[in-house]
Amino acid sequence: MLRLPGEIHAQILAHCLAGVPEEACGLLAAEPGDDVVRRCYPTRNAAASAKLYTVDPKDYLHADRDAEAAGLEIIGVFHSHTHTDAYPSPTDVAQAPDPAWHYVVVSLRHSVPALRSYRIVGGDIHEEEVTGVDEGMTGERAG
Amino acid sequence: MPDVRLPTVLRPHAQGKSTVVVPGDTVGEILRGLVEGYPGMAGQVLTEDGTLHRFVNVYVNDDDVRYLEGLDTKVAGGDTVSILPAVAGG
Repeated sequence: MLRLPGEIHAQILAHCLAGVPEEACGLLAAEPGDDVVRRCYPTRNAAASAKLYTVDPKDYLHADRDAEAAGLEIIGVFHSHTHTDAYPSPTDVAQAPDPAWHYVVVSLRHSVPALRSYRIVGGDIHEEEVTGVDEGMTGERAG
Repeated sequence: MPDVRLPTVLRPHAQGKSTVVVPGDTVGEILRGLVEGYPGMAGQVLTEDGTLHRFVNVYVNDDDVRYLEGLDTKVAGGDTVSILPAVAGG
Protein backbone atom coordinates (compact mmCIF):
# COMPACT_ATOMS: atom_id res chain seq x y z
CA MET A 1 0.00 0.00 0.00
CA LEU A 2 1.08 3.58 -0.63
CA ARG A 3 -0.38 6.35 1.48
CA LEU A 4 -0.38 9.80 -0.10
CA PRO A 5 -1.31 12.95 1.83
CA GLY A 6 -3.67 15.08 -0.29
CA GLU A 7 -1.11 17.85 -0.60
CA ILE A 8 1.51 15.50 -2.04
CA HIS A 9 -1.04 13.88 -4.35
CA ALA A 10 -1.80 17.37 -5.71
CA GLN A 11 1.90 18.19 -6.01
CA ILE A 12 2.49 15.05 -8.11
CA LEU A 13 -0.41 15.81 -10.45
CA ALA A 14 0.63 19.47 -10.79
CA HIS A 15 4.19 18.51 -11.78
CA CYS A 16 2.91 15.96 -14.31
CA LEU A 17 0.51 18.47 -15.87
CA ALA A 18 3.20 21.17 -15.98
CA GLY A 19 5.45 18.80 -17.93
CA VAL A 20 3.06 18.31 -20.87
CA PRO A 21 3.77 17.53 -23.70
CA GLU A 22 6.80 15.73 -22.24
CA GLU A 23 6.70 13.07 -19.54
CA ALA A 24 7.36 14.42 -16.06
CA CYS A 25 8.99 12.60 -13.14
CA GLY A 26 9.95 12.94 -9.51
CA LEU A 27 10.90 11.08 -6.35
CA LEU A 28 9.00 10.24 -3.18
CA ALA A 29 10.40 10.03 0.34
CA ALA A 30 9.09 8.39 3.52
CA GLU A 31 10.39 7.41 6.90
CA PRO A 32 12.39 4.18 6.62
CA GLY A 33 10.06 1.21 6.58
CA ASP A 34 6.93 3.37 6.32
CA ASP A 35 4.46 3.76 3.42
CA VAL A 36 3.28 7.33 4.12
CA VAL A 37 4.89 9.68 1.63
CA ARG A 38 6.29 12.66 3.54
CA ARG A 39 8.00 14.56 0.76
CA CYS A 40 7.71 14.80 -2.99
CA TYR A 41 10.67 15.93 -5.07
CA PRO A 42 9.69 17.04 -8.57
CA THR A 43 12.75 16.44 -10.77
CA ARG A 44 13.69 17.35 -14.31
CA ASN A 45 13.20 14.75 -17.01
CA ALA A 46 16.73 14.45 -18.39
CA ALA A 47 15.34 12.51 -21.38
CA ALA A 48 13.14 15.54 -22.28
CA SER A 49 10.79 13.22 -24.15
CA ALA A 50 7.06 12.53 -24.53
CA LYS A 51 7.77 8.80 -24.39
CA LEU A 52 10.69 8.35 -21.98
CA TYR A 53 11.84 9.71 -18.68
CA THR A 54 15.13 9.78 -16.84
CA VAL A 55 15.20 11.33 -13.39
CA ASP A 56 17.86 14.02 -13.65
CA PRO A 57 20.76 12.40 -11.74
CA LYS A 58 21.79 15.60 -10.00
CA ASP A 59 18.22 16.26 -8.89
CA TYR A 60 18.21 12.72 -7.49
CA LEU A 61 21.46 13.41 -5.62
CA HIS A 62 20.03 16.57 -4.06
CA ALA A 63 16.70 14.87 -3.21
CA ASP A 64 18.57 11.97 -1.61
CA ARG A 65 20.61 14.35 0.55
CA ASP A 66 17.57 16.38 1.57
CA ALA A 67 15.67 13.22 2.48
CA GLU A 68 18.60 11.86 4.49
CA ALA A 69 18.91 15.13 6.42
CA ALA A 70 15.20 14.94 7.28
CA GLY A 71 15.47 11.34 8.48
CA LEU A 72 13.67 10.08 5.37
CA GLU A 73 14.66 7.88 2.46
CA ILE A 74 13.66 7.74 -1.19
CA ILE A 75 11.01 5.03 -1.46
CA GLY A 76 9.75 5.48 -4.97
CA VAL A 77 9.42 7.40 -8.19
CA PHE A 78 6.50 8.86 -10.10
CA HIS A 79 6.22 9.66 -13.78
CA SER A 80 3.51 10.56 -16.26
CA HIS A 81 2.18 8.80 -19.30
CA THR A 82 0.84 11.55 -21.52
CA HIS A 83 -1.14 9.35 -23.93
CA THR A 84 -1.38 5.90 -22.38
CA ASP A 85 -2.93 4.37 -19.27
CA ALA A 86 -1.46 4.43 -15.78
CA TYR A 87 0.22 1.05 -16.15
CA PRO A 88 3.99 0.37 -16.28
CA SER A 89 5.34 0.09 -19.81
CA PRO A 90 7.82 -2.65 -20.78
CA THR A 91 10.55 0.02 -20.54
CA ASP A 92 9.43 0.87 -17.01
CA VAL A 93 9.66 -2.78 -15.97
CA ALA A 94 13.02 -3.36 -17.64
CA GLN A 95 14.57 -0.37 -15.91
CA ALA A 96 12.97 -0.64 -12.47
CA PRO A 97 15.99 -0.75 -10.15
CA ASP A 98 14.53 -1.48 -6.77
CA PRO A 99 12.02 -4.19 -5.77
CA ALA A 100 11.30 -2.28 -2.56
CA TRP A 101 10.29 0.93 -4.37
CA HIS A 102 6.82 2.17 -5.20
CA TYR A 103 6.41 2.97 -8.90
CA VAL A 104 3.68 5.58 -9.32
CA VAL A 105 2.34 6.18 -12.81
CA VAL A 106 0.07 9.13 -13.64
CA SER A 107 -1.97 8.91 -16.82
CA LEU A 108 -2.89 12.17 -18.51
CA ARG A 109 -4.73 10.35 -21.28
CA HIS A 110 -8.16 11.50 -20.11
CA SER A 111 -9.32 14.89 -18.83
CA VAL A 112 -9.05 13.70 -15.20
CA PRO A 113 -5.52 12.43 -14.35
CA ALA A 114 -5.37 8.86 -13.04
CA LEU A 115 -2.74 7.93 -10.44
CA ARG A 116 -1.84 4.32 -9.66
CA SER A 117 1.04 2.64 -7.87
CA TYR A 118 2.92 -0.60 -8.47
CA ARG A 119 5.66 -2.80 -7.09
CA ILE A 120 7.93 -4.27 -9.74
CA VAL A 121 9.76 -7.38 -8.53
CA GLY A 122 11.83 -9.55 -10.85
CA GLY A 123 9.96 -8.24 -13.89
CA ASP A 124 6.52 -8.91 -12.37
CA ILE A 125 4.10 -6.02 -11.91
CA HIS A 126 1.90 -5.90 -8.82
CA GLU A 127 -0.56 -3.05 -8.44
CA GLU A 128 -0.95 -1.75 -4.89
CA GLU A 129 -3.64 0.25 -3.17
CA VAL A 130 -3.18 4.03 -2.93
CA THR A 131 -4.98 5.70 -0.05
CA GLY A 132 -5.11 9.15 1.46
CA VAL A 133 -3.90 10.09 4.91
CA ASP A 134 -5.86 11.72 7.74
CA GLU A 135 -5.30 15.46 7.77
CA GLY A 136 -3.43 15.38 11.09
CA MET A 137 -0.76 13.15 9.55
CA THR A 138 0.11 15.14 6.46
CA GLY A 139 3.79 15.71 5.86
CA GLU A 140 5.58 18.94 5.22
CA ARG A 141 6.00 20.27 1.75
CA ALA A 142 9.47 19.82 0.30
CA GLY A 143 11.58 22.98 0.38
CA MET B 1 38.58 7.46 4.86
CA PRO B 2 35.81 8.53 2.50
CA ASP B 3 32.15 7.92 3.27
CA VAL B 4 30.24 5.99 0.63
CA ARG B 5 26.50 6.75 0.43
CA LEU B 6 24.46 3.77 -0.74
CA PRO B 7 21.11 3.86 -2.55
CA THR B 8 18.20 1.95 -1.02
CA VAL B 9 18.61 -0.88 -3.54
CA LEU B 10 22.13 -1.69 -2.27
CA ARG B 11 21.48 -1.28 1.45
CA PRO B 12 20.20 -4.85 2.00
CA HIS B 13 23.69 -6.02 0.94
CA ALA B 14 25.29 -3.84 3.65
CA GLN B 15 23.18 -4.85 6.67
CA GLY B 16 20.78 -2.00 5.89
CA LYS B 17 23.39 0.74 6.29
CA SER B 18 22.93 3.93 4.24
CA THR B 19 26.59 4.95 4.57
CA VAL B 20 29.71 2.83 4.82
CA VAL B 21 33.39 3.76 5.08
CA VAL B 22 35.70 2.26 2.48
CA PRO B 23 39.44 2.98 2.18
CA GLY B 24 40.89 4.07 -1.14
CA ASP B 25 42.46 7.01 -3.00
CA THR B 26 40.41 6.72 -6.21
CA VAL B 27 36.79 5.99 -7.06
CA GLY B 28 37.86 2.68 -8.61
CA GLU B 29 39.74 1.54 -5.49
CA ILE B 30 36.80 2.47 -3.30
CA LEU B 31 34.21 0.72 -5.47
CA ARG B 32 36.35 -2.42 -5.75
CA GLY B 33 36.83 -2.34 -1.96
CA LEU B 34 33.08 -1.90 -1.50
CA VAL B 35 32.28 -4.97 -3.58
CA GLU B 36 34.98 -6.98 -1.78
CA GLY B 37 33.51 -6.00 1.59
CA TYR B 38 29.90 -6.54 0.46
CA PRO B 39 29.96 -9.26 -2.22
CA GLY B 40 26.18 -9.03 -2.68
CA MET B 41 26.82 -5.85 -4.65
CA ALA B 42 28.94 -7.64 -7.24
CA GLY B 43 27.67 -6.92 -10.72
CA GLN B 44 25.47 -4.05 -9.55
CA VAL B 45 28.11 -1.34 -9.33
CA LEU B 46 30.95 -2.53 -11.55
CA THR B 47 30.71 -4.74 -14.64
CA GLU B 48 32.65 -8.00 -15.00
CA ASP B 49 35.24 -5.98 -16.95
CA GLY B 50 35.68 -3.68 -13.97
CA THR B 51 34.06 -0.65 -15.59
CA LEU B 52 31.30 1.42 -14.02
CA HIS B 53 27.88 -0.15 -14.59
CA ARG B 54 25.96 1.97 -17.07
CA PHE B 55 22.82 2.12 -14.92
CA VAL B 56 24.76 3.56 -11.98
CA ASN B 57 25.82 7.16 -11.40
CA VAL B 58 28.66 7.88 -8.99
CA TYR B 59 29.39 11.26 -7.48
CA VAL B 60 32.36 12.62 -5.57
CA ASN B 61 30.66 15.28 -3.46
CA ASP B 62 28.58 17.11 -6.12
CA ASP B 63 30.40 15.96 -9.26
CA ASP B 64 29.52 13.05 -11.53
CA VAL B 65 32.71 11.00 -11.95
CA ARG B 66 31.91 10.44 -15.64
CA TYR B 67 32.67 14.15 -16.11
CA LEU B 68 35.83 13.90 -14.01
CA GLU B 69 38.31 11.07 -14.50
CA GLY B 70 35.89 8.17 -14.12
CA LEU B 71 37.21 5.39 -11.89
CA ASP B 72 40.59 7.19 -11.74
CA THR B 73 39.00 10.22 -10.05
CA LYS B 74 40.96 11.05 -6.88
CA VAL B 75 39.09 10.94 -3.57
CA ALA B 76 40.31 12.61 -0.37
CA GLY B 77 39.52 11.61 3.20
CA GLY B 78 36.76 14.14 3.79
CA ASP B 79 34.98 13.46 0.49
CA THR B 80 31.66 11.70 0.14
CA VAL B 81 31.18 9.21 -2.67
CA SER B 82 27.49 8.77 -3.57
CA ILE B 83 26.19 5.86 -5.61
CA LEU B 84 22.76 6.28 -7.21
CA PRO B 85 20.93 4.07 -9.69
CA ALA B 86 19.79 5.58 -12.96
CA VAL B 87 16.00 5.96 -12.60
CA ALA B 88 14.36 5.83 -15.99
CA GLY B 89 11.54 4.33 -17.96
CA GLY B 90 9.00 5.09 -20.63
